[in-house]
Amino acid sequence: MSTHGFDLDAMNRRPWAPAPEADVALSVERLNLSYSGKPALRDIDLSIPRRRVTAFIGPSGCGKSSLLRCFNRMNDLVDGCVVSGRVMLEDTNIYLPTVDVSQLRRRVGMVFQKPNPFPMSVYENVAYGLRIQGINRRRHLDEIVEKSLRSAALWDEVKDRLEDNALGLSGGQQQRLVIARTIAVEPEMVLLDEPASSLDPISTLKIEELIYELKSKYTIVIVTHNMQQAARVSDMTAFMNLGRLVEYDSTDRLFTNPRQRQTEDYITGRYG
Amino acid sequence: MTAEREPLYLRRRQGFSHWVRSGEPMVWFNAGAVSFALLAVFGLLWLLAWHGLGHFWPRELLQFSVNSETRQITVLGEQVSSERVSAEQLRGAGIASQAEGGWEWRRLIKRGNRDFFGTDFIWLLDSRVLEVSRPSGVMRVERLEWGNLYGRLLWLEQDGKVITDADADADADADGVWALFQGLIAANRSVRDEIRALEREEVGGINFAMERLRLRERGLVLDGEPVPAELARQRAMLESQYEGARRRLLALYQQSERYSYRVRLADGREVTLPLGQVVRAILPNDMGPLAKLNYYRLRLWEFLSDEPREANTEGGVYPAIFGTVLMVLLMSIIVTPFGVLAAVFLHEVAGQGRITRVFRAAVNNLAGVPSIVYGIFGLGFFVYGVGGEMDRLFFPEALPSPTYGTPGLMWASLTLALLTLPVVIVATEEGLARIPQSIREGSLALGATRAETLWRVVLPMASPAMMTGVILAVARAAGEVAPLMLVGVVKLAPTLPLDGNFPYLHLEQKFMHLGFHIYDVGFQSPNIEAARPLVYATALLLVLIIALLNLAAVALRNRLRERYAALDGS
Repeated sequence: MSTHGFDLDAMNRRPWAPAPEADVALSVERLNLSYSGKPALRDIDLSIPRRRVTAFIGPSGCGKSSLLRCFNRMNDLVDGCVVSGRVMLEDTNIYLPTVDVSQLRRRVGMVFQKPNPFPMSVYENVAYGLRIQGINRRRHLDEIVEKSLRSAALWDEVKDRLEDNALGLSGGQQQRLVIARTIAVEPEMVLLDEPASSLDPISTLKIEELIYELKSKYTIVIVTHNMQQAARVSDMTAFMNLGRLVEYDSTDRLFTNPRQRQTEDYITGRYG
Repeated sequence: MTAEREPLYLRRRQGFSHWVRSGEPMVWFNAGAVSFALLAVFGLLWLLAWHGLGHFWPRELLQFSVNSETRQITVLGEQVSSERVSAEQLRGAGIASQAEGGWEWRRLIKRGNRDFFGTDFIWLLDSRVLEVSRPSGVMRVERLEWGNLYGRLLWLEQDGKVITDADADADADADGVWALFQGLIAANRSVRDEIRALEREEVGGINFAMERLRLRERGLVLDGEPVPAELARQRAMLESQYEGARRRLLALYQQSERYSYRVRLADGREVTLPLGQVVRAILPNDMGPLAKLNYYRLRLWEFLSDEPREANTEGGVYPAIFGTVLMVLLMSIIVTPFGVLAAVFLHEVAGQGRITRVFRAAVNNLAGVPSIVYGIFGLGFFVYGVGGEMDRLFFPEALPSPTYGTPGLMWASLTLALLTLPVVIVATEEGLARIPQSIREGSLALGATRAETLWRVVLPMASPAMMTGVILAVARAAGEVAPLMLVGVVKLAPTLPLDGNFPYLHLEQKFMHLGFHIYDVGFQSPNIEAARPLVYATALLLVLIIALLNLAAVALRNRLRERYAALDGS
């Protein structure tokens, strides 16, 4: 049984069959992570397919968020966090000391569990990443802001209030704004850390639709507590438990025909 | 009695213990504490206002016939206060008292005319007062020197010759003399303003240029370089300018000395006094309420906008207001960047380990150091250390007279900045701590570096907290006097630290301060009774100015809060 590499046949059987050139966007090799000496991830090996949605599921504390945060080195911010192993993004180990972390994060964007718009106008929120890159031409910014907001399915709701403070938006709108902000810098990959867990069902549905739309342009990795959500939006699903990757397979197979007993227990609700 | 009992939840619980348990007494205690605090604050303001603001009102002049030990005397003046004293106390002071019951009333009268009577104030025992009247036509003259004068205007003189005579004719003529008197005072005031402008700006500017020339010359000599003839030429030019200014000044002085006025004092003496010394003259007993109000306004404005006279017991406190505000502004400008940088280092840059904790505790404890200790430090380190070294390096030509090696505005601002640094650091750190980690992560996840995140997101969001720190710092610094006495505040500064001579802001100059002014007027004044109302008025002014500075900062903070309203109540 293999936990890395894809079962392309399984993926191709799905109605939205991917282009056959589906390839690896990011691969993890023998990744170990510990917080102040306490191991949180053990010997993780997996590959994330390009322009697909990959979901990480598992019980709380299983390490799925930690793993996600390794992909853009967000774990660097945590005191006492030690990572070993390799995370390859296009033939480069992103944990090499020569890697420019801010450049990496520009390529691998991230959306967090709680909407975290900056206390600025809607417009400035979306333009933030661009201004960081030194893009300040108003016309250029206008264009990208509109395009990003449209991609995030938010444009129609906020086009008349671009100058209003983003904190005046609803939670779901805020989360879509954060997604717009993330894709405005044109990343290759978008990491979503339980993006809908603090939202109401309608907003959740909108986010899920959005993820489905975005898949055509971006590689997406989503961490979720909600197994239905994983089943609805993802192409590949990884089940993790106690810091280990238990099973990684196409979503269809993992949910209908899991190979591991642990996985079956979890998805059928017998876990714990 | 029915067998049915009321259900438990309907039974009313009563009694003291229930009342205590309900929390009601706590509410009363809390409300009481708040009311007490409010009462204290308003009581304080009321006391200051009552004693301070009444001073500027034109009181009526009363004339007393008093039975002195040997003869009968007449006293004219304003009644300042009255009090009950024991006969024993009076006897102790060498005054024979015939009071029944051992108590007597006495009143304090400001009779002025210090140049003739020796003192401004006199105590009158009520038992010795034969008659009190409120005469018409007596005037109160404020003078540049010798305090107020009370008396009756007789006539005016020009170059020693009488130009009108009030005694000769009817009352209508007295009005004419009075009008002429007022006209001459107004004319004299403009002459005085001209003199002051000439002395301040022109002569001051020339002196300033001469001093710079001298220093340049001496600097060249010290460096062993030849002194160019150009300097001598400039000096000659300045000297001729000075000569011209001096001649014009002399003419102005002569003009103001031409007139004098003749007054009959309360004891019947008649004296001739120079009109050039008169600031203002009124007839308090003949003034209507509107005229009084107008006079009150004038006096109040003089207090706010004029310089002090007569060892700070008369005139205004403008230089002290100016010094206080300027010093506080400089202090804020110095302390804010330092405090913010330190807080950012402690909270954002340094790891949260043991050493950081020790540093933080040290900073917090700095807030508890008595302010006089900061004054000593400022004197030893800033004034003598840094200032002395600066003089040796940059101003050797002025030595041995120090330029920066002496207390001054810059050292005072720096000392107070040091004093208030912990406040700003703590407030800013609290602000930084309240910014959710998720906001920082959001910025970092977009490819911003830590510096960019700090500059574009974190600091703007923490700016209301910084303003809170500055507000607290201003509140503390504006009221601080003790350290300032060591590092730059003086009783009377001849010029403002901001003027028209390059470099305009003279950081090395000494300055006046409202807090120290209160101390000086209240405790170091030769004329305590005359100065007392000014102490209250100045104290009220200081409170108001601190409140104003704070309000300005609060308004600024509220604007920032509106803009970065991310957090509740940050």
